[in-house]
Amino acid sequence: MTDLTKLKIAEARDMLANGDITARELTKAHIAAVDGFDALNAYIAKTPEIALKQADAADARIKAGTATGMTGIPIGVKDLYCTKGVHTQACSHILDGFKPEYESTVTQNLWDDGAVMLGKLNMDEFAMGSSNETSFYGPVKNPWRKGEIDTVPGGSSGGSVSSVAGFAAMGATASDTGGSIRQPASFTGTFGFKPTYGRCSRYGMVAFASSLDQAGPITRSVRDGAIMMQSMAGFDPKDTTSVDIAVPDFEAALTGDIRGMKIGIPKEYHMDGMPEEIEALWQKGIAWLKDAGAEIVNISLPHTKYALPTYYIVAPAEASSNLGRYDGVKYGLRETVQGGSLPDMYEATRAAGFGEEVKRRIMIGTYVLSAGYYDAYYLKAQKVRQLIANDFKAAFEKVDAILTPTAPSAAFAFGEKSDDPLAMYLNDVFTVPASLAGLPGSSVPAGLDKDGLPLGLQVLGKAWDEETVFKVSAVLEEAAGFIAEPKIWWR
Amino acid sequence: MSHIDKATVAKIARLSRIKIEDDKLEPLAGELNNILGWVEQLEEVNTDNVLPMASVVDVKLRWRTDEVTDGGKRDSVLKNSPNHEYGFFAVPKVIE
Amino acid sequence: MTYIVHGATGDFEIVVGLEIHAQVSSNSKLFSGSATAFGADPNTQVSLVDAAMPGMLPTINAECVRQAVRTGLAIGAVINKRSVFDRKNYFYADLPQGYQISQFKDPIVGPGVVTLDMGDGVTKDIGVERIHLEQDAGKSMHDQHPQYTYVDLNRSGVALMEIVSDPDIRTPEEAAAYVTKVRSILRYIGSCDGNMDQGSMRADVNVSVRRAGEPYGTRCEIKNLNSIKFVRQSIEVEARRQVDLIEDGGTVVQETRLFDPVKGETRSLRSKEDAQDYRYFPDPDLLPLEFDDAFIEAARATLPELPDAKRTRFVEELGLSDYTAGVLVAEKAQADFYEVLLDALVTASKKDMASVASKAANWLTGDLYGALNKAGKSIADTPVSAGQGAELLALIEDGTISGRIAKEVFEVMFETGKGAGVVVEEKGLKQVSDTGEIEAIIDGIIEANPNQLAQYRGGKDKLIGFFVGQVMKATGGKANPGVVNKLLKPKLDA
Ligand SMILES: [Mg+2]
Ligand SMILES: [Zn+2]
Repeated sequence: MTDLTKLKIAEARDMLANGDITARELTKAHIAAVDGFDALNAYIAKTPEIALKQADAADARIKAGTATGMTGIPIGVKDLYCTKGVHTQACSHILDGFKPEYESTVTQNLWDDGAVMLGKLNMDEFAMGSSNETSFYGPVKNPWRKGEIDTVPGGSSGGSVSSVAGFAAMGATASDTGGSIRQPASFTGTFGFKPTYGRCSRYGMVAFASSLDQAGPITRSVRDGAIMMQSMAGFDPKDTTSVDIAVPDFEAALTGDIRGMKIGIPKEYHMDGMPEEIEALWQKGIAWLKDAGAEIVNISLPHTKYALPTYYIVAPAEASSNLGRYDGVKYGLRETVQGGSLPDMYEATRAAGFGEEVKRRIMIGTYVLSAGYYDAYYLKAQKVRQLIANDFKAAFEKVDAILTPTAPSAAFAFGEKSDDPLAMYLNDVFTVPASLAGLPGSSVPAGLDKDGLPLGLQVLGKAWDEETVFKVSAVLEEAAGFIAEPKIWWR
Repeated sequence: MSHIDKATVAKIARLSRIKIEDDKLEPLAGELNNILGWVEQLEEVNTDNVLPMASVVDVKLRWRTDEVTDGGKRDSVLKNSPNHEYGFFAVPKVIE
Repeated sequence: MTYIVHGATGDFEIVVGLEIHAQVSSNSKLFSGSATAFGADPNTQVSLVDAAMPGMLPTINAECVRQAVRTGLAIGAVINKRSVFDRKNYFYADLPQGYQISQFKDPIVGPGVVTLDMGDGVTKDIGVERIHLEQDAGKSMHDQHPQYTYVDLNRSGVALMEIVSDPDIRTPEEAAAYVTKVRSILRYIGSCDGNMDQGSMRADVNVSVRRAGEPYGTRCEIKNLNSIKFVRQSIEVEARRQVDLIEDGGTVVQETRLFDPVKGETRSLRSKEDAQDYRYFPDPDLLPLEFDDAFIEAARATLPELPDAKRTRFVEELGLSDYTAGVLVAEKAQADFYEVLLDALVTASKKDMASVASKAANWLTGDLYGALNKAGKSIADTPVSAGQGAELLALIEDGTISGRIAKEVFEVMFETGKGAGVVVEEKGLKQVSDTGEIEAIIDGIIEANPNQLAQYRGGKDKLIGFFVGQVMKATGGKANPGVVNKLLKPKLDA
């Protein structure tokens, strides 16, 4: 029998439907894979009992003929999503012991469709990071190594990409605030998809930066991403920023036909000091799309270089407020000071509960919102953000999709950038602009660098036109023929 | 534009309710200055007559009807609390 | 009218502005579906949103928007068709989110006016700068446990309207009149129940003092006053404190203070070092609040007649005195009672409204209020209904009973809750108007009092009162005084 953990979601779906395998078999194989995956530190909580129960329910459902694309599919869940009665801490110490009494809308949608939960996945603390080195539970390892050297999986959805790349989940939920789905997908040879802001409900997702946070899947193929996205997406009255428009059939968009489509190539994404290989891969991608019948159009997104600094004002500002609720009163960690006052408790709890990067961002956010600085920083950033969104609006008058590299580098070694916040922030230089504009985007595995590490290409689309992003992504995937797998060293 | 000194870091830390040890203030001031110095490149951008972006979704705020649909779940509300007594959250005494 | 604080070095005037927090009358909270009822067990009216659980999001209550718009319309204010919810960030035990959702730069209601009646036909306009919607905090109890403060989040997230006045108030009386008037308007339109003792209306008072002709002085904010009496007292006490401080060579520092009604003093609540920096910014979980003219007009169509308009109508159409009309309209419950009473009286007596309006008003403000006052009751729990009052007054109008008997009947009604007709019947208090019967009694009395008759006829006109009294005495007060007068005079003069 084939290794069930190597199946794609679409393949497993068909085999389940045909009765070739059962959801229980598929789940058991994955539970074993999860247990064999400890060396990578991707799972911070395992839920085999829940998984088996869900698998049995899925089998019954498949028999009854009411299965959906996700029925019986074992997935991992980023620790950012609230899962009822199950560890949910956004990988922060401050949520010590927190088990929500409620379920996030996105995960509920998945369970309603019959998906199977293998456990909770490691991430950068409160999704603040680009290498998964800020987690309270320690860093996640990338299944892909640079020779014998461990590499980071990217962040913040490090556990999500690592588990999917390493065959310890068929798919995983992730979340993207400034690139936390696409950049780690690029680092691990997986497909990552961020929908339009408002396509998925944020209800029950631990908030980092509310105006940017958006849910999305990590999978091993574009088709799998479309199947999983179909389940996650949808209007939710509990989230005012979720938009009440119909969810299209994403899988049906994978026609392979992009003839006549206009693909924009933004000149500002040619970055100084970017590795030659990435530039070359980008050119390859352009050629692939051209060969498939698309028209290549050179475009300009003039405010691109200001996206990152804009992001590092807006996101910390919102975060500084969003994280105000972690005060040791209602849930999570409480540190008291002998004979201390309530403010002493707040200060001690938050000092012990937050990691260094989270503290840094809270303080930046507090500063840019404080009296006398609001206009110069926050208001200014909101205006530049508008200009960045306008850039895209103008570009999408001329093109149907945009192609860029996903990240300016391949996966790097642990500690390589963690001492220099600014060097770390640069990881998101290509992903952040679309986040600020709320646009859909993907990262498609497209090649390997000289060290044998994966590299991704990013596809961006118009608001609410996820179908085009999927369609172009699938054409790239087909042309790239990316079949490389990480060498299994962990079991 | 701005230079964050030790005292400012202490003030921000206080506003953020995060205890920062004295010996950490100086290095933190350095880090924050680095980051702020970098974001200050936004000053180059002409934003005259640009409205600040309020939201990326171009829709109106939806309203809820005035019905009681929630509450009555004290156990759930208190369940994760580090300390609660008699149905109340309990925190170190506040002297007003 | 001016209010002067006399200092050793001269006179000071006071400048006062008020922020009134009024709880919006709604079934559920501003941003969650939990209930708002007063007096529930701790933390039973709390949703996961109110408790700020991770990942929980606000959704706005349409009714709270509507009531804020109606309140704005009631004071003739500008209604902003686009407003923005901001976060006001600070830490406190009863503030679970670490921020309050409020409106800072763009409130739902802009400038309006509240007109105060200061007596003797004098009015004064107080500007209202804005009304914004915001969340209430929870409640902290500091005296239940030696080491802990207990926190109840039932109020957390309840909708408040913060009504911010201009610094137009110059006397403690005006401040009291302003709060009274605002409460009256809120109750008329039903956007807030105005119950200060239950905390559904609270006032923050900003007080400063200055010598005549000087610019505004530094103000102090006295927080959370829960009665009109305390509003007046706290201003007096705080103004005195500031004047004394200035005259002692000190300076007033801008700060938040608490009023202690027992000690009759205000004291500092927050020290300067703890000065707040709320870091307001637009709440990214909520889009801007928008509505159109049709929504505003629909809200306007539901507004009842407001106290100022009602008062004018009472004076102009019913002929009530300005004073009486003012008393009647001050409280919606009283004005409602009066209007039901008057309608019923017109129906029962078939008389013209203007001819009975004053009588009804006098009975209400005299007899009924007197009795209610004495019994410590309010109009809400009066044992004599407006319908019963009308029945009583109609009996006077049609001559069944005299005004004097009516007072007796009313006393019984007030005690027993019985109807006027029933009491008159049971006690046999029906007025005697039968001329034959009364004539016979008069004849008997004239005959029995020859001395008085002689004196009367000798020029002592005033003795007619003696004879009337005798007749009334003989009939147990039931003789119709009109009939008595009509019959008696010709007989005495004969
Ligand atoms: Mg106030
Ligand atoms: Zn307020």
